[in-house]
Amino acid sequence: MIWLSPSESEALSLSLSIAARSVALSLPLGILAAWVLTRRRFLGHTLLDAFVHLPMVLPPVMVGYLLLLLFGTRGPIGSWLQRAFGVELIFTRNGAALATAVMSFPLMVRAMRISLENVDRGLEEAARTLGAGAIDRFASITLPLMLPGVLAGAITAFSAALGEFGAVITFVSNIPGETRTLPLALYTALQTPAGDGVAARLAVISFLLGLSGLMLSEWFARRVRRLLGR
Amino acid sequence: MLSVAVKKALGSFSLDAAFELPTPGVVALFGRSGSGKSTLINLIAGLLDADAGRVVLDDLVWLDTDGRLNVPPERRRIGYVFQDARLFPHLSVEGNLRYGERRASSRAFINLDTVAGLLDLGSLMQRRTHQLSGGERQRVAIGRALLSQPSLLLLDEPLASLDSARREEVLPYLETLRDQLALPMVYVSHDFDEVLRLATYIVLIEQGRTIAQGGIGEMSLNENLRSIIGPDAVGAIIDGTVLGVDESSGLTRVSAGRGELKVQAPHLTAGATLRLQLLARDLIVATQPPQNLSVRNSLSGVVASLSRDAADSELIAIDIGGTLIMARVTTAAARDLRLAPGLPVWALVKSVSLRSHALGALPARSIARPGA
Repeated sequence: MIWLSPSESEALSLSLSIAARSVALSLPLGILAAWVLTRRRFLGHTLLDAFVHLPMVLPPVMVGYLLLLLFGTRGPIGSWLQRAFGVELIFTRNGAALATAVMSFPLMVRAMRISLENVDRGLEEAARTLGAGAIDRFASITLPLMLPGVLAGAITAFSAALGEFGAVITFVSNIPGETRTLPLALYTALQTPAGDGVAARLAVISFLLGLSGLMLSEWFARRVRRLLGR
Repeated sequence: MLSVAVKKALGSFSLDAAFELPTPGVVALFGRSGSGKSTLINLIAGLLDADAGRVVLDDLVWLDTDGRLNVPPERRRIGYVFQDARLFPHLSVEGNLRYGERRASSRAFINLDTVAGLLDLGSLMQRRTHQLSGGERQRVAIGRALLSQPSLLLLDEPLASLDSARREEVLPYLETLRDQLALPMVYVSHDFDEVLRLATYIVLIEQGRTIAQGGIGEMSLNENLRSIIGPDAVGAIIDGTVLGVDESSGLTRVSAGRGELKVQAPHLTAGATLRLQLLARDLIVATQPPQNLSVRNSLSGVVASLSRDAADSELIAIDIGGTLIMARVTTAAARDLRLAPGLPVWALVKSVSLRSHALGALPARSIARPGA
């Protein structure tokens, strides 16, 4: 990245690293949530559904604040994580990954649900008569067939994670080299006298990243669909 | 012996069915659409849970609600061929075939090469499933079910979604399976032509109840069956034994009751079994031995019973030596001939009509019974 200044390339690589961690964290949970919400009917289904979608309608700053309450050093989960595993989330890039994961979770689950709803349950029944148990059926039939949605969900979530601002700055603050991702660097540049040039460059980077993420997602989805013969 | 007795309530529909199939054999679950055939087959497979009942094949107990036993479908070792094939779109033909084979717990009785040979799948192996025709899809689905090494094969209207040409393409394969594998099969259908070609045993289902069952010959005379298949398809079905070739005509002689019929079936040798359908509308009844007629086939017997058929016609059951056949005559003719139980009669069948049917459709067709 020869045309980027050290602080810019730091923000870029930090953004990518946080987004990757974020997706790694939310992907298995997203698949589980999509499966439970699509395939199970139980008391509290609507409540869980609403809960998963909550980050879409809440102000990001509020989500960050909730995370502070829960995962802060004195929060119930945060203090336990620190005691049990020595994991510190507040003011760290892992904390930033958690915040972006929570914010992009609804997008991810939505994409997966749509593709899971299109998986013919008759195929799972067929697998069942061929001797496949529940986990086997999920791994060999359901998951491969919902793969377009899983990929689309992961890429969308990754792109959204790159751009998350409010929840990140509230939960883990704006620390250069640790939590200052692209949007936070952009914000900082705008607050700095004569930072306009830096801000413009960062804006272009963000724009290109977002665009290529969305195009990549579309390309992947098309390839997988062709593989499945649709 | 496959023994099924199950009850299931589904909304306003209720199923209460019981039948026993001597094994090996092919039982056709036959009835109008909506009669509960598919529900019954899903209960046997375990894809639906019965409210009460038992499903037992020989010493394998799959369901016994009294004993609180309900083996899940994935452990029942039942092959299931669905109407819509249900091939896995993300796997190749070979991947589909291997899917059940890999998960088969029992010792293999059939391998991929044998299945590919029986169903002509060799050239399809590397294809994607969306590149297959409807008939090919069903053949792959049948192969996939066989490779799961099942002890029972269920087929739920496997030909219903195919046009008649594709149907004719798949039917011979099903006949081959019946004749070459000692595998009990349950075949759901509402098409009597398929039943006639494949089944050894028929269970009639109406409104969720099994109303009649028996061997196909016996069932061909059944009143309930007659009302389902319609007057033109009514007729006795006889599994006759090929006796040899008639020197003067070159036709094949087949036993039917105490008598014999001559049919066009040059590919069959003595001892083979040939299924004959004698349509009631194709038989002519005489009260004297036929003479000076061009008809080559006549069967002598005595009138067993008369029953009112459609308007102005009677169905005459004739005992031709332990076997019954049926002829339709007009009510006026029955009166003029004074047809009554005990009266000796001759039933005339035109060989020409038998021969013309033998080529593709009814009534003469070669069937070697499974296990025979």
